[in-house]
Amino acid sequence: MATKKKKTIRTIPQQRTAAREQPPAERVKNFAEVTFAYGAEDARVEAERCLMCPDQPCVRGCPVGIDIPRFIEQINQKNLRAAYDVIGETNLLPAVCGRVCPQETQCEGVCTVGDTLEPVAIGRLERYVGDTAIQNGWVNNPYIEPNGMRVGIVGSGPAGMACAADLAKAGCEVTVFEAFHEPGGVLRYGIPDFRLPNAVIDAEIENLRKIGVRFECNTLVGRLFTIAQMRDEMGFDAVFIGTGAGYPSMLGIPGDSLNGVLSANELLTRCNLMRAKDFPNVDTPMPLGRRVAVIGAGNTAMDAMRVCLRLGAEKVYCVYRRSRTEAPARVEEVHHAEQEGVEFHWLTAPVAVLDDGKGSVRGMRCVRMELGEPDSSGRRRPVPVAGSEFDFECDQVVYAIGTNANPIIGQTAKLKLDKRGYIAADEDLATSMAGVYAGGDIVTGAATVIEAMGAGRRAAAGIKASLGLGAAPTDTPAERLFGIPAGERNYARLRIA
Amino acid sequence: MNQVQLSDFEIVAREDLSPATFLLEVRHPLMAKAARPGQFVIVMSHAEGERIPLTIADFDRGRGTVTLVIQAVGKTTREMQQHCTVGSALYGLVGPMGVPSPIGQARKVICVGGGLGVAPIYPQARGFKQAGAYVIGVLGFRSKDLVFWEDKFRACCDELILCTDDGSAGIKGLVTEGIRQAIEKHSDIDEVVAIGPPVMMKGCAEATRPHGIKTLVSLNPIMVDGTGMCGGCRVKIGDEVKFACVDGPDFDGHRVDFDDLMTRLRRYKQEEQTALDRWSEQCRLMAGR
Repeated sequence: MATKKKKTIRTIPQQRTAAREQPPAERVKNFAEVTFAYGAEDARVEAERCLMCPDQPCVRGCPVGIDIPRFIEQINQKNLRAAYDVIGETNLLPAVCGRVCPQETQCEGVCTVGDTLEPVAIGRLERYVGDTAIQNGWVNNPYIEPNGMRVGIVGSGPAGMACAADLAKAGCEVTVFEAFHEPGGVLRYGIPDFRLPNAVIDAEIENLRKIGVRFECNTLVGRLFTIAQMRDEMGFDAVFIGTGAGYPSMLGIPGDSLNGVLSANELLTRCNLMRAKDFPNVDTPMPLGRRVAVIGAGNTAMDAMRVCLRLGAEKVYCVYRRSRTEAPARVEEVHHAEQEGVEFHWLTAPVAVLDDGKGSVRGMRCVRMELGEPDSSGRRRPVPVAGSEFDFECDQVVYAIGTNANPIIGQTAKLKLDKRGYIAADEDLATSMAGVYAGGDIVTGAATVIEAMGAGRRAAAGIKASLGLGAAPTDTPAERLFGIPAGERNYARLRIA
Repeated sequence: MNQVQLSDFEIVAREDLSPATFLLEVRHPLMAKAARPGQFVIVMSHAEGERIPLTIADFDRGRGTVTLVIQAVGKTTREMQQHCTVGSALYGLVGPMGVPSPIGQARKVICVGGGLGVAPIYPQARGFKQAGAYVIGVLGFRSKDLVFWEDKFRACCDELILCTDDGSAGIKGLVTEGIRQAIEKHSDIDEVVAIGPPVMMKGCAEATRPHGIKTLVSLNPIMVDGTGMCGGCRVKIGDEVKFACVDGPDFDGHRVDFDDLMTRLRRYKQEEQTALDRWSEQCRLMAGR
């Protein structure tokens, strides 16, 4: 390593390196990605901003504990392959997580630089490394010694993918079952192209295939075969359930079932997975109102609003009963939605969806709210302002108010569930059925992609321990030769510059 | 994407039951093993296709196949009528979905099928027969030349009442007339199961309500995923909202809000027409070439 003057908060680049974005007026007309990737120089300058502080709060702030300073150091050294390998030790999907993680509440939220200046743009750097890997066809193709164990994974979303990766690397024969016709789970049906392009998901799935993971789509576990059958008849030594939360909540107000009221899940699935934006060139329609009200202010709500704008809605309203401060969406998403023209109605709660007399939506009745005492979530409880009801016109209402536990696995397996219907699991994510693990939204309720991946990895560790596979050898720099783990012995992938 | 599948969804047999109704027998041994009466599948005929729910009309564990009966009414189903030939394959087939129909202790049942519901009522009738019940079949068709599976039903029903709109076969009248006759003859009917268009199921529920006979109907609302994820198939059952895909598709007919169901089924009417018109035009151009 070249000797350098010790970095201080005063010597590093003071400004966070901006990422170019499509201008709002232009991007609402397309589904291309909003934020452009860093160029090589952008990444190098931003990497320079990391103080390499000994405390490393960012690593603790990351749900999967990526060795962030070490991968940033490799960017500094212009060794992107090594940076990718560092991330690959803990995170299988850097191109995905760099885009969709809520970094401001995780790694970037606790960054030491952030105490004084804007924090290091860790997410953008991660995405840069992930994209570079995809462009170059890099894979962390470790040397895998088959151990004869078979593991079945239910659900191909982030939890399932992360679990599959760890178990495949440990030498297990892994099969992932997916009910939809394409793998990826929420990454595929939920997150729109302008936030996470399909090509990125395809590349990450392909990487899993390269390390031997099999994907079986069109397979509804629970109904085509049960969890018990997987374990007892199909020869799986362990099973991981990562089916996500699913089952969207409805508000339970008058007008819920009018035509034009739909869940964000339905809107997004039609547009993302079924590509309804291309109707009638594809067969799935998604007729859109001129004025759309989206209820909720989480990431799903932001995605739904921005999809509506791109489908040509004239007006998109965000209706949320709390204030902007309490909105669960990433700051960047709210900002992007606002730039694109979403009209936010904070402290506004729906009372009824209004019928046009023919069974379709003609408007909404809402009530103004104010913030009262903190509730159990620690956020100030919104309370209605008496006499503040008002009506407004809209012809479509999208509910993005969260999801409940999907009942299929609960209906078909004798698993202990918690009182909300989610699968009960211990700290190793083992369920009440021997050999069966569960993680992600189906255990915790709706959370983030990276938390689901963290759960998938934790379950994989639990499964490995239960199958007597021991802990995977830790991959420290000392055990590497030319950036490749010594145990791997696969020097074929070395690239001569 | 090149992926290994448990089945390649090959169509192994096809039968055209009437000008607009056709039967496909699709190879899927695991599904044939898992399927129970009352369950449904979601089909995608090609990569750009929509996901359509279809009730399983039959399953044969020995042959490892499931049977679907399809009415060619919209763009997707008409296209399937043209393209789904023996030896070809569906793009996607997932299921069996939904909670199986409870075939319990009923001693005497009426199984009612009308239009697109005739085929899916068959496994229920057979299921009840195998469970030892006295089965009265009531089938409704528009006219004699649209009648199919009469022999299959006769084999598993103790009585069969055919109803046609024009009286060209069986009795003249709707299936509700058949139900009325059956109830008149038998005072001890435990259960009625009805599958067909919503307006027919509504009529059946009204026909049995005064007699207090338990009546199950199988709802087929618009769906995307069929796994409880989109909520498009929500239906009103009494004061509750249920998702037909995971809470149903069978519900107590006396508590279903059929008017709500029928309104919601019209949700994409305009788009359905657009797709059909466009497709018909394309077919016309192709034929003229």
